[in-house]
This record gives sequence, structure tokens and C-alpha cells, in this order.
Amino acid sequence: MKRVYALEEYCVGCRLCEINCTVAHSESKDIIWAFKVEEPRPLPGILVEEVKPISFGLQCRHCDDAECIKSCITGAMHRDERGAVVCNADKCVGCWTCIMACPYGTIKRNEDKGNVVSKCDLCPDLPQPACVSNCPNEALIYVDRG
Amino acid sequence: MRQLPALCHFLPYTCSQVTNPSIDPLREPMELKTYLGRKPDKLEFDENGRLVTKLTPQLVLNVPIMFSAMSFGSISLNACESLARAATQLGIYYNTGEGGLHSSLYRYGKNTIAQVASGRFGVHADYLNAAAALEIKIGQGAKPGIGGHLPGEKVRAEVSATRMIPEGSDAISPAPHHDIYSIEDLRQLIYALKEATNYAKPVIVKIAAVHNVAAIASGIARAGADIIAIDGFRGGTGAAPLRIRDNVGIPIEMAIAAVDTRLKEEGIRHQVSVVAAGSMRNSADIIKAIALGADAVYIATSALIAIGCHMCQKCNTGKCNWGIATQDPQLVKRLNPNIGARRLVNLITAWEHEIKEMLGGMGINSIESLRGNREMLRGVGLTQKEMDILGIKAAGE
Repeated sequence: MKRVYALEEYCVGCRLCEINCTVAHSESKDIIWAFKVEEPRPLPGILVEEVKPISFGLQCRHCDDAECIKSCITGAMHRDERGAVVCNADKCVGCWTCIMACPYGTIKRNEDKGNVVSKCDLCPDLPQPACVSNCPNEALIYVDRG
Repeated sequence: MRQLPALCHFLPYTCSQVTNPSIDPLREPMELKTYLGRKPDKLEFDENGRLVTKLTPQLVLNVPIMFSAMSFGSISLNACESLARAATQLGIYYNTGEGGLHSSLYRYGKNTIAQVASGRFGVHADYLNAAAALEIKIGQGAKPGIGGHLPGEKVRAEVSATRMIPEGSDAISPAPHHDIYSIEDLRQLIYALKEATNYAKPVIVKIAAVHNVAAIASGIARAGADIIAIDGFRGGTGAAPLRIRDNVGIPIEMAIAAVDTRLKEEGIRHQVSVVAAGSMRNSADIIKAIALGADAVYIATSALIAIGCHMCQKCNTGKCNWGIATQDPQLVKRLNPNIGARRLVNLITAWEHEIKEMLGGMGINSIESLRGNREMLRGVGLTQKEMDILGIKAAGE
């Protein structure tokens, strides 16, 4: 399946991927509205790891053998028809076992929104994830590497 | 002199009206393919019509534009790679400058011109044989009469390995080549390079446009060079001493016209191709340089602007914000060669279209017909002496 890959050699650590992820998951889809007005503000599913000069955007790897799915006690964490690992907020009880199981540390607690987890969902409504479309230096790519 | 208006502003070119038809490049084919190198005195064929004359090596350009010398060290590896990839895609050439060829760039060798300058940094047999052509740099337009200056801060591990100099040491090229003090000495180096590469690659000699450029060019042609590159006084750099950059050299239009005239008078114009460099800001400048006698042009500043240079003129600090003239890993990352190469391809493709439009307007369908065709230019606001040197008539004549 297609996944988002970070090209660490071109990532400058501007964190626009985080911002655009938040905007893409907001109600208004407007950068000003999302950051200034909307409450609660959606958490970004991508996080830029940075120890200069190295930086890269890290988000859920949508593992083939996903530890988070295996560890989920309610079946909320599941694989959708695209192959992406996503969380069903209606089933999630906020036990946060997935957070402990994830080897990449890419799942976050979202205490603003019903105590569920927040993670990358590969932007199901967009042609490609918002972080990839908006990376100014093409340091994130959305490709199928098998 | 920096404040002088560019000479090409006074050289409008003509276009076809009633008595000769203009050509629409969108509907009819236009030929921009250019061959650079020594042409034979005459062609001989056997009884079956096959060519007997042994042809000398040529550089084949799809568009008469090449990327001028910018060394790895002065510019970042990502900038070098942008130029190399764009040259490969476009079917043109880029020049390594004096910095040697980084090991990751050998795969673009077919579109690389390897420079041999006074410091001889990074010059070895593999480097020479990897390239499509070799260039001996005698002088450059931005700073004629002085060599390169690469501050030690820019000489990091990769640059040090490529240039074959210690890390952190200033790379100061000598002003002259210490083995070239005459045309005969130059001839020795030209043939040494040809010998090293088995006579398979054309040799370019690059000089700055100075007062006696025509006589020097004649000497270079007789010394065995295949191509002469002439770098005019507006050649750009962010790292040349200001008074030198602004006060030395002559306009490239004058230099090209003088060289073309001199070589034609001596009957050796076919032995050598002429490349104009320095102050080629747009496609009209290129058209005018070619009409004055150049075979192709070198561009550098405009190429860098295409990949993001903002002309802040701080290249010497090594802190280029755009990831171009820096070796700081955090800054180098700012230039993605995928994006850089795409922008360069856009630039040259756009200029190619513009050149075709201009040629079509003149009623010419091949760049060969424009080469040295000074009838296509007229002078406005120039003195008679200047027009005599340029070999053009006044507007209205």
C-alpha cells in the first residue's frame, strides 16, 4: 500500500506538515479558523523529530503486522479498506494500550475529544495526505514501496 | 561600470514584415541543435559517398545554452546535482567549475564539462575521463586576473575529499596558471589534456573579456582549443572583490563581435566555436550574442535565480539561506535537487520557446542561420566606432 515516507535529507524541520495536518482534520479546513477559533483544536497526526541538522516528519507507519491492532482491547483500532490503520472513536475507551504497544511512538492521547487516541489516518477524503501536499521542500512522499 | 546599462539594450533585432515572411514556431519546425567543437577544413567522401574525413569530437546541445562553471564548494552538492540533472534532461551541459566532481555526480558525466583551473583542485584521470569536455579556465568575467577564493569554513569533509585538500583549509587558486605564460604553454596543457583523454573530448579555453581579447582568442584557436569561452564583465558572483567585479573587463557583446570578426579575418573561425558568457539575463540577450557571432552561451546567475537565489550577494559568508552557496548541512537541505532540476528545466524550456519565437519573427528557422548574422541587429544610441566594432549598422540604415 501507499505510505508516507520522509526524506530526511531534504526535511528542514519547518513543521508545516504538522500545521497542515491539523488544518486538514479541522471542521473549517481553514488555517486561521482552525488555530484561532476552533475548540478543541485537532492534534496533528505527524510529528517532526529534530536534532539539527537531522529532522524528519514521523507519523503512523501503518504497519503490516500492527502491534496497536493486536493490543487493542475493544477492537477500535482496525485496518480500513485502504489498508490504513485507523481508530474507531466510538469503540475506543481510552485505555491507551496501543500507545504503549506502538514501536514508533506515533499514537497520541487526545484528552480534548472524548479521551480517545489520535493518529495519522492518511487523509481518507483527500487525493493524498495533507502533509505530503503541503511540504514546501518535497521532503514527504506518498508512494508504494511494497 | 556596474551602473552602465547593458549594451544589448542598444541593439534591437529585426523582424520580418511584408517582403519576407515570418515563421510561426508553433506550426513549423525550428532547429536549435548546436554542435560545438573544431570543424574540418573540408569534407571528403569516397566513391560510395561515405564520409572519409575524420571528424573531431563535438559537444551536441539541444539548445545553445549551457550552465557555466560553479564549483562544488562554492555551491552546495544539491545545487550541483540540480544543474547536473537538468543538463541531462535538457540535453545540454553543466560545468563543474574548479571544485572537482563529487563521487555522486559521476553518473551525469555525459553532460558534464570538467574544468581545469589554476588551482588544479580535484583534477585526476577519472575526473577528466568522466566528463564530456574539458575546460581550461584562464580567467572569469566576475574577477579577471584573480583566482578563486574558497574560504576554509566551506571546506568540509565532502568538499575536502572532492578537491583533494585538507579539511578547513582555504582553497585559494593562483591568479595565473603557473605553467602557462604564453600561447605555447597553453598549447602544451591543451594537448596534455587531449592526450590524457585519448583525443576523444573537445577542450574549451575560458578567458575573461579584456581589451585584447581578439588577439588572445586567435592565439587560443591556434593553440589547438576546440572551443573558446569568453566571459563578459557583468559576470555574476557573490564572492569577488567589489572593485574588481565592478571595474575590470569589457562588455561581452563587444568581445564576441571583436573575436568573431578577427577569427573570420584570419580564416580560422571554423576551427573553433565561441561561447559567450556573463550577463546573459534573458533569451533576447542570447539571441543578440549569437547574432554577434557566438555559437552558444553560458548562463550561471540566471540558473541560480531559477533554483531560488535571491541575489542577496552574501555567497562569501557561506550562510546562503536558499541552500545554494553554502556547505552548512542544515542550509544545504533547503534545496531539494528534484525541485531545483525541475525549475532549471522550466527556465531553459521557456527560453527555448522564446528563442524560437524570436527566430520565427526574423523569418529564420534555424539557429545556424542567425549565427554571426549581424544584419539582424541595429544600433541605437551607439557611436559609429562602437557600431564598427560590433559590425552592425545604425537603426534606419
